[in-house]
Amino acid sequence: MTVADVANASTPAPDTAPVLSVRNLVTHFPVRSRGLVRRVIGQVHAVCDVSFDIHSGETLGLVGESGCGKTTTSRAVLNLQPATSGKVFFDNVDITTLSNRGMRRLRREMQIVFQDPYASLDPRMSVHEIVAEPLKIHGLYGSGGRARVTELLRTVGLNAEHGNRYPHEFSGGQRQRIGIARALALEPRLLVLDEPVSALDVSIQAGVVNLLEEIQERLGLAYLFVAHDLSVVRHISDRIAVMYLGRIVEIAKTDDLFASPAHPYTQALISAIPIPDPLKERARQRVIITGDVPSPVDPPSGCRFRTRCPKFASLLRKDQQQRCIEEIPALVERGQGHPAACHYAEVVNVL
Amino acid sequence: MRFDHEGGTTATRAAASGDTALAVQDVYVSFRTEDGTVQAVRGVSYELRRGEVLGIVGESGSGKSVTSLAVMGLLPRTARIDGSVRLGDDELLGLSERQLAHYRGQQLAMIFQDPMTSLNPVYSVGWQIAEAVSAHHDVSKAAAHARAVELLKIVGIPNADERANSYPHEFSGGMRQRAVIAIAMANSPEVIIADEPTTALDVTVQAQVLETLKTAREETGAAMILITHDLGIVAGQADRVLVMYAGRAVEVGTVEDIFYTPRMPYTLGLLGSLPRLDRAAQQRLTPITGVPPSLINMPPGCPFAPRCPMVEDICRVEEPVLRATTSPTHLAACHFSDRLAGVEPSDLFRPTTSDDVLPATVGAAVPLPGDSA
Repeated sequence: MTVADVANASTPAPDTAPVLSVRNLVTHFPVRSRGLVRRVIGQVHAVCDVSFDIHSGETLGLVGESGCGKTTTSRAVLNLQPATSGKVFFDNVDITTLSNRGMRRLRREMQIVFQDPYASLDPRMSVHEIVAEPLKIHGLYGSGGRARVTELLRTVGLNAEHGNRYPHEFSGGQRQRIGIARALALEPRLLVLDEPVSALDVSIQAGVVNLLEEIQERLGLAYLFVAHDLSVVRHISDRIAVMYLGRIVEIAKTDDLFASPAHPYTQALISAIPIPDPLKERARQRVIITGDVPSPVDPPSGCRFRTRCPKFASLLRKDQQQRCIEEIPALVERGQGHPAACHYAEVVNVL
Repeated sequence: MRFDHEGGTTATRAAASGDTALAVQDVYVSFRTEDGTVQAVRGVSYELRRGEVLGIVGESGSGKSVTSLAVMGLLPRTARIDGSVRLGDDELLGLSERQLAHYRGQQLAMIFQDPMTSLNPVYSVGWQIAEAVSAHHDVSKAAAHARAVELLKIVGIPNADERANSYPHEFSGGMRQRAVIAIAMANSPEVIIADEPTTALDVTVQAQVLETLKTAREETGAAMILITHDLGIVAGQADRVLVMYAGRAVEVGTVEDIFYTPRMPYTLGLLGSLPRLDRAAQQRLTPITGVPPSLINMPPGCPFAPRCPMVEDICRVEEPVLRATTSPTHLAACHFSDRLAGVEPSDLFRPTTSDDVLPATVGAAVPLPGDSA
């Protein structure tokens, strides 16, 4: 797959250059033997040949099940996890080659909100200190720092008085708002949101989702929204990339993905998510896939989904199956309007 | 009540208690802590009919798990439990561990959230299922093992013969949960309590496990209590639904009652705060602002009043009881439940981005510029 393919087929064709371009990103983790000499005996293929663009003001949803590499991708995008190969361009600067010092300057532009609001805030720091910390690190606190922190707290729906309190005094939703305020402190242009609402109850989750949407509208940020919950991702994303075992298997505009999912895995994923509407839910035709995700240490040859693919198992002839086993399907458009990495891509309506 | 082993055969129980498999009556659970007494469950009553699935939904801390642990007799000694839990004709509250052991597994089985911690890592999966079989049946080791393999086949474990000798760590999360379901099925119980059975699993595996649970119900004819926070699962699996809030049941009804004609603002709020997979709606969600009340020193009145958009003076004084609404079987605990006829979540809740402020600073909230307060 060429870079141009991804850029053409899966972006909303804006005139501006993307904020973030990821090209052929690969991240492997070594598996070492036991004992004194810890030889490398294998590689965990966490992320393989992943490419995508994000423009300012746009949200790209990255979905997949645990172990599919979505978190590793988000870490590699911020250079928190060095890439094995491939390039990550932020404003046309390849950050994979940057020194720590060069990276520190860029970190002002790209921030992250973590999943667990209980683990990502230092319990011994007051909320004011937490939100002020990035400003102090980058030498921006100065005389207007206090006012800036107050403004940030207001932006995320908290009060100035809350600054003197400590994280344990807040509910999960409020803590996540503190994490968002901290991420916004340096006026970044890209926010990586790693499962930002997964740990919250549904009634609280909705408020944080609304907040993220409003902040984006007001500040024009680009979001990389990593989550396993397709319902939330559908709500917030402009485009969605579906990952399976380290590869993007389908990428499309949100409405296209749900109206015409072309990859069997996407179809299974959409159809597995229960809809809170009894009549609809009970009338649905399910694509149930069997088994579990194979080990990323030794991923299947050819198409990585073939071991669980309902199409491979029951609809394909022997010679067709051979192609799935031998040839890695490229992420290209095959007549469904958006790229899907399946040799036999075909739209199935699963909603 | 007296523990009567002889009277506990299935035939007599069914004849005596008719249609009800499990009756929970006015159950209260409280825990003493350093900060005061936590009223975790405050008078929950429900009936589980034979063969039906009752979904219990609620947010974390609403008491949905504690209620079921009380039913199973699994709460720590420090918990104070009042009320009555009747399985068929037999009262379960107040029984000794030894007496409870007779019911657990045989008539009342439980499936927990995390299959890694509910299986013993040092015994093979087959051994653990066989143990459940032989705990209540006088069978040979070989027969128990054969039954274990058969159960593994029913729950859809491939190569059940071989996999019975595997240990839990050799199973994936989905397979472990199937093994736990096999243990729950082992003695064809009357009631299976599944507490967030798929929360720890990925969605595609969740779909498989929900199918397995359906198989388990068909094989055993058991009634099931399905505790979950996922309203989608309830919509697909449950016959009736009980919504819990702050230790109380606030709405009970058929699954259609709850989803299509909710009569309690909290239920309506929950439905409105869900992003929907089947809708391209780009409108904002309508969250419920604020947080559930602390269960220590609960203020008088309706526990949902501080978060409720239609709160009135009476709500802060008098806690509403469950009352019949659209039909005698659809109950809601709200003073103004009849006002909710035909009301959509978006009519009642605002698509706000802010959160309720902490109790100490109520009234000092500064609305966002774009927030139409």
